[in-house]
Amino acid sequence: MSNTAAISVSDLTKQFGDFTAVDAITFDVKQGEIFGFLGANGAGKTTAMRMLCGLSLPTSGKANVAGFDLYKESEKIKKNIGYMSQKFSLYEDLTIRENNRFYGGIYGLTDQQIKEKTQFMLKHLHLESKADTLVKALPLGWKQKLSFSVSMIHDPKIVFLDEPTGGVDPITRREFWTMIYEAAHRGTTVFVTTHYMDEAEYCDRVSIMVDGKIEALDTPAALTKQFNAKGMAEVFVQLARKAKRSDN
Amino acid sequence: MESAVKVERVFKNFQSGKTQIEALKDISFEVGRGELFGLIGPDGAGKTTLFRILTTLMIANKGNAWVDDLEVVNDYKEIRKRVGYMPGRFSLYQDLTVEENLSFFATLFGTTLEENYELVKDIYVQIEPFKKRRAGALSGGMKQKLALSCALIHRPSVLFLDEPTTGVDAVSRQEFWELLRKLQLQGITIIVSTPYMDEASLCDRVALMQDGRIMDIDTPKGITQKFSKPLWAVGAADMYSLMNDLRSDERVDTCYPFGQYHHITFAEVNQEIQGIEKSLVDKGHTNLSIQKIEPTIEDCFMELMNQ
Repeated sequence: MSNTAAISVSDLTKQFGDFTAVDAITFDVKQGEIFGFLGANGAGKTTAMRMLCGLSLPTSGKANVAGFDLYKESEKIKKNIGYMSQKFSLYEDLTIRENNRFYGGIYGLTDQQIKEKTQFMLKHLHLESKADTLVKALPLGWKQKLSFSVSMIHDPKIVFLDEPTGGVDPITRREFWTMIYEAAHRGTTVFVTTHYMDEAEYCDRVSIMVDGKIEALDTPAALTKQFNAKGMAEVFVQLARKAKRSDN
Repeated sequence: MESAVKVERVFKNFQSGKTQIEALKDISFEVGRGELFGLIGPDGAGKTTLFRILTTLMIANKGNAWVDDLEVVNDYKEIRKRVGYMPGRFSLYQDLTVEENLSFFATLFGTTLEENYELVKDIYVQIEPFKKRRAGALSGGMKQKLALSCALIHRPSVLFLDEPTTGVDAVSRQEFWELLRKLQLQGITIIVSTPYMDEASLCDRVALMQDGRIMDIDTPKGITQKFSKPLWAVGAADMYSLMNDLRSDERVDTCYPFGQYHHITFAEVNQEIQGIEKSLVDKGHTNLSIQKIEPTIEDCFMELMNQ
């Protein structure tokens, strides 16, 4: 982990009419850091994440993602980040190889690069024999590991993971986190949301959003100490109980 | 114990393209009247298929099942009058208001909101302020409460809840389980499925499901007591290299990250801890802590998966 900021946000705000979904949030994410982005349902996480991915324009505030300005260079941001969620990941009626070709093509990789990436990925995930299998025929755990790999096919500087382990069995969930550690080790910045509080402990630093604001941000150990709690689960409950708004 | 639900050797297969998927492989269990029973397992374990068979929406390939002593195929009409079902996907009418959805479901069962108001009161008061709002415009949490109210409107004897807390934050999950406890006190049998292992401890009994099978069925305490080996929690300053070092140590049998600690078991039941501690210190680990702990349901689930 270096001290260069991969994401730098100051007073970022998003309003929908008279509703302030994200209320002047300020934080930095270091390069190679695993940054946990937590909050109760409706706290504003998804809106904040959409802005950082260049999918939604902020109402006010500043942000720099992967070295690019959020207002002026959102297309460059999209090229330099990866995104994966539990809900949207791979095309079910394409094979593994076809998904790779599709996503590689979208990100402008050459045929040769796509071929090399695909081979490397299949080998790494021990899926060589499944290259021409339709994605829908794969068990969920494999799908999630595969879509994480596909989200990084273009070697993005930052990868955004939105509840990547929802509904996954406990062993696969841990294998998935091993992959996250490995990616961070190679220098990729990981920005991740989760409802599993044990996963919050695996992050280098964690922020917790309540009603559109970041109410706490530190290492899990420091937060646990600050809130005089046994672990992140207790820290989260203490903060989220203060929330006034739910997710409408 | 009189049973509210009884399942005997149920099998269910699906055809997906050229492949045959075995969704349920020889499932048997019983749920006692008034019990809060949990089906715990990841996506694809077969939880939803089992719910569909018990709510008479799908027929098993093999085996029998009874709800309220009624057989699920022959007595499906009577069962439908008696059970409440909240599917995993929001299945109310998005373009009807909260009020309209409730009165629609009440009419179907020949009842009214007022008739069983005591039962839904705690939940209904939370959605009442939005009663004129269309269901499609409600937040996730409110939709869930409306769906639960609709599933309860005819005072079912057995309530089936398919993953009511999936994607819900830790605080709202706690509140939802408090609601279930209150419903149980009103004499309703509740069968609830969840992928969150920590929720297992809130049930009277649980079935741990994986890949179409029930791996174990017991009280939460009964399950954790069956864990086969002493379990240790190990922590150090650098958790990632600690995990790699533990996994490459041949004295270590299993090592899984568990929040702040790694949970490990040893190949030898009577493994001496000082030796392990020393080799970790020699590898340069600092802030080392090793302590014996009680296993959680998740530890047991993983042990069963590995068998």
